[in-house]
Amino acid sequence: MKRDDLQFDSHGRLRHLLTIEGLPRQTLLDILNTAESFISVGEREIKKVPLLRGKTVVNLFFEASTRTRTTFEIAAKRLSADVINLNPSASSTSKGETLLDTVRNLEAMHTELFVVRHRESGAAHLIAAHVPEHVHIVNAGDGRHAHPTQALLDLFTIRRHKGPIENLKVAIVGDILHSRVARSEIHALNTLGAAEVRVIAPKTLLPTAVEKLGVHAYTDMRAGLAGVDVVMMLRLQRERMTGALISSEQEYFNLYGLTQEKLDFAKPDAIVMHPGPMNRGLDIDSAVADGPQSVILPQVTYGIAVRMAIMALIMGGTQAESTPAGGRRA
Amino acid sequence: MPQTTDIVDVNATIAYMADELRPRLAQQPLMIGIHTGGVWIAQRLHGLLGLSDPLGTLDISFYRDDFSRLGMNPQVKTSNLPVNVENRHVILVDDVLHTGRTIRAALNEIFDYGRPASVTLAVLIHRDGRELPVEAQVVGHHLKLKKNQHIKLLGPEPLKLEIQEAHT
Amino acid sequence: MMGIVIKGGRIVDPANKLDVVKDLYIDSTGFITGIGKAPEGFEATRTIDARGQIVCPGLVDLRARLREPGLEYKATMESETRAAVAAGITTLCCPPDTWPVIDTPAMAQMIQSRAWRFGLAFVHPLGALTQGLEGKLLTDMAALEEAGCVGVSNALEPITDTLVLRRAMEYAATFDLTVYLHAEDPWLRNSGCVHEGEVGTRLGLPGIPEAAETVALARDLALIEQTGVRAHFCNLSSARAVAMLTEAQKQGLPVTADVAAHHLHLTEHDIGYFNTQCHVRPPLRGLRDRDALRAALQSGVINAICSDHQPHEPDAKLAPFAESEPGISGLETLLPLTLKLVDEKLLSLSEAIALLTMKPAEILGVECGALSVGATADICIFDPMAHWMLCADKFVSRGRNSPFLGWEFTGRVTHTLVGGEVVFELGNA
Repeated sequence: MKRDDLQFDSHGRLRHLLTIEGLPRQTLLDILNTAESFISVGEREIKKVPLLRGKTVVNLFFEASTRTRTTFEIAAKRLSADVINLNPSASSTSKGETLLDTVRNLEAMHTELFVVRHRESGAAHLIAAHVPEHVHIVNAGDGRHAHPTQALLDLFTIRRHKGPIENLKVAIVGDILHSRVARSEIHALNTLGAAEVRVIAPKTLLPTAVEKLGVHAYTDMRAGLAGVDVVMMLRLQRERMTGALISSEQEYFNLYGLTQEKLDFAKPDAIVMHPGPMNRGLDIDSAVADGPQSVILPQVTYGIAVRMAIMALIMGGTQAESTPAGGRRA
Repeated sequence: MPQTTDIVDVNATIAYMADELRPRLAQQPLMIGIHTGGVWIAQRLHGLLGLSDPLGTLDISFYRDDFSRLGMNPQVKTSNLPVNVENRHVILVDDVLHTGRTIRAALNEIFDYGRPASVTLAVLIHRDGRELPVEAQVVGHHLKLKKNQHIKLLGPEPLKLEIQEAHT
Repeated sequence: MMGIVIKGGRIVDPANKLDVVKDLYIDSTGFITGIGKAPEGFEATRTIDARGQIVCPGLVDLRARLREPGLEYKATMESETRAAVAAGITTLCCPPDTWPVIDTPAMAQMIQSRAWRFGLAFVHPLGALTQGLEGKLLTDMAALEEAGCVGVSNALEPITDTLVLRRAMEYAATFDLTVYLHAEDPWLRNSGCVHEGEVGTRLGLPGIPEAAETVALARDLALIEQTGVRAHFCNLSSARAVAMLTEAQKQGLPVTADVAAHHLHLTEHDIGYFNTQCHVRPPLRGLRDRDALRAALQSGVINAICSDHQPHEPDAKLAPFAESEPGISGLETLLPLTLKLVDEKLLSLSEAIALLTMKPAEILGVECGALSVGATADICIFDPMAHWMLCADKFVSRGRNSPFLGWEFTGRVTHTLVGGEVVFELGNA
């Protein structure tokens, strides 16, 4: 199975969004540029456009998440789609319905787009490999593997607040080992040519051979933040202590929590990001989260526009190269 | 082979359109141009007529009826209507009126912003080939073209018309 | 005397150091009665034309799961022994992790007699090392041996109590039984499903570090030295493990090892985007590891290639990677994958066949894997020039779970004989 075959159809247009890997630079730019126009839709009185009217979008969340699901729901509704939310319990195959059976049953209800979140890496790929041609899959997070829509909205945020990615040094801090957000961010930043991507974490939370992903790894946060333009904080799951991955929340916060003192090692105009939900006092200090360098709230707004762009690009017909202006459509 | 045509003197035609629109100034109209050609023309008309309200621009990409077939063009420009259309008399400007689908989309989009008192359509070129019941109130120039011919406005400076022959 | 003659084939029998084009004679009671010259008064009831083909001992597969009893929805003894002979395999060893476990003489006898009834491949079971494979209480190893078990094993279940493992080894040594070990530390394995390396990191799949194998191997080797038991390590997967085993053999420890055919060809990179057909245990590791395993075949540190056959129903592989079941349906690619190593000039044909016949037979301690006059006629005849492609609908096994689907191979079994009977003929399947 060739890498990018699954995400693209036979005409080369984007059919599924499963992972940033394998997506050409231009595809990422198309999504970001399209999202720009959707921002203005959100700012006017009638926040809807009729692009997906008559289509059904199903949020298939095997792993619960109110915030991500809600942004997808808002995005789909702003495109005038009908939205259904399903939260099947992620039981193992021996107990409940298999993953593919769940999807097949839903297809019978004529759904065009599934937004899928699952706790296992590769779930979105598995589904995408088994749906008929007219069905599209957007990966809202699979295990530790990928969260492409988050990476895209983060890149959108960075572009808006800091300009072109090529000039920027970005640091990602936290539980890299378990983070699908981190993996997708790294691929996106490298595809768009970021000047440097750094990951900062204790050794227990850095995956093996992480440099092969195209990053510099640091265990010393102050050294890692030196001179960066963007600081992305990841959420630490408190359960990591029981897996002998961290020692205590206090020590973690001392070493890897973002405080103003540590942030001052970055450039003075560096921005602070967090995919949410934040653990105040663990991932990040409240003062910084609410401070002038934080773009955490705008990230949420941009998230809706970016997801609208993704759904619009995927559900559209043949890839529109420049349609002759005037003439044909007038 | 595309060829620019001198059949139509674009600047003179725009001046003519401005004269035709002048009586409507009494209604204090709002002008809205459709990207891209319609905006170029509307900018000139806006200047010639001395309108005080800023020009509105519309990108109808999100309202097209061929989305399912053709998909999204990522080069979408943003629609920008700086003045509320509610109860205003709108002058909608486009470069070519052909099938009428662009105008339908534009009307749908305008009505998502508010309810205008009236909409007057002004086009540079009126050609045959209507597929919807849409007509312009102000026409710069009437043209009859062959079925496989397309006419396109080039710009922004200078404005020139180009006739293209499409392959079947 | 009446019987079958196999005419004109190239006989490759490493056990008897034969590599020669000669006719092979089998009598009507199913024994090899002559090579080269027809025995006095021999009359052929059937002649098999083996010109241009290789005639070798029926292959001996050190590890194949037949799924019976307990997992019949995946495959049955009949379907799998049939698949075995279609692949030239006439002797199989099955691990004790059936359901119920082979920890009683009754179970051991049941499996052998059931296989016997089908008249296809011979099945030799391994007995459980501990009761229920639970790693706590010893099994009646003497009774298991008497009931036909060729060795004892805890299969893939770990024995975490080192003292129990030591005692089990000593007890097995009392009866001169070989202990078959899988070196894997359960805690380091954690919930891993791929090799802990760059592919696992990129795919976000939990990894099994190389240390999981080497930590367990080191522990087991120390105990083997202490107890003097004869041990066989199953499914080596890492270069480091090969190095440790080489050292142990140099020191004279009675240890042998096998490798699964897929580990000689595939690496973690073949997983691509979550291809569950590449989900195996132990996992596919790196290029360096694959190359070390190949080198170990050449140096003799690893003494056998096995299929590690694990047929699955389709649903077992149609799940997200970590939730899919590990295992490849490997019988039908055992010989082809081994012949590929000959094509790639890593082994001579004779060396390759030895790794599939004489050497695994030695490890099992069973008389098979040789074309000696007077031995039972378990024979594999294959066309070394036949080109073919592995397709799902051509599988004889119930399990079609294989990452080699779509691969092209050179070398195909045309006839298989068990006890002098033709049990498989290509084209008549």
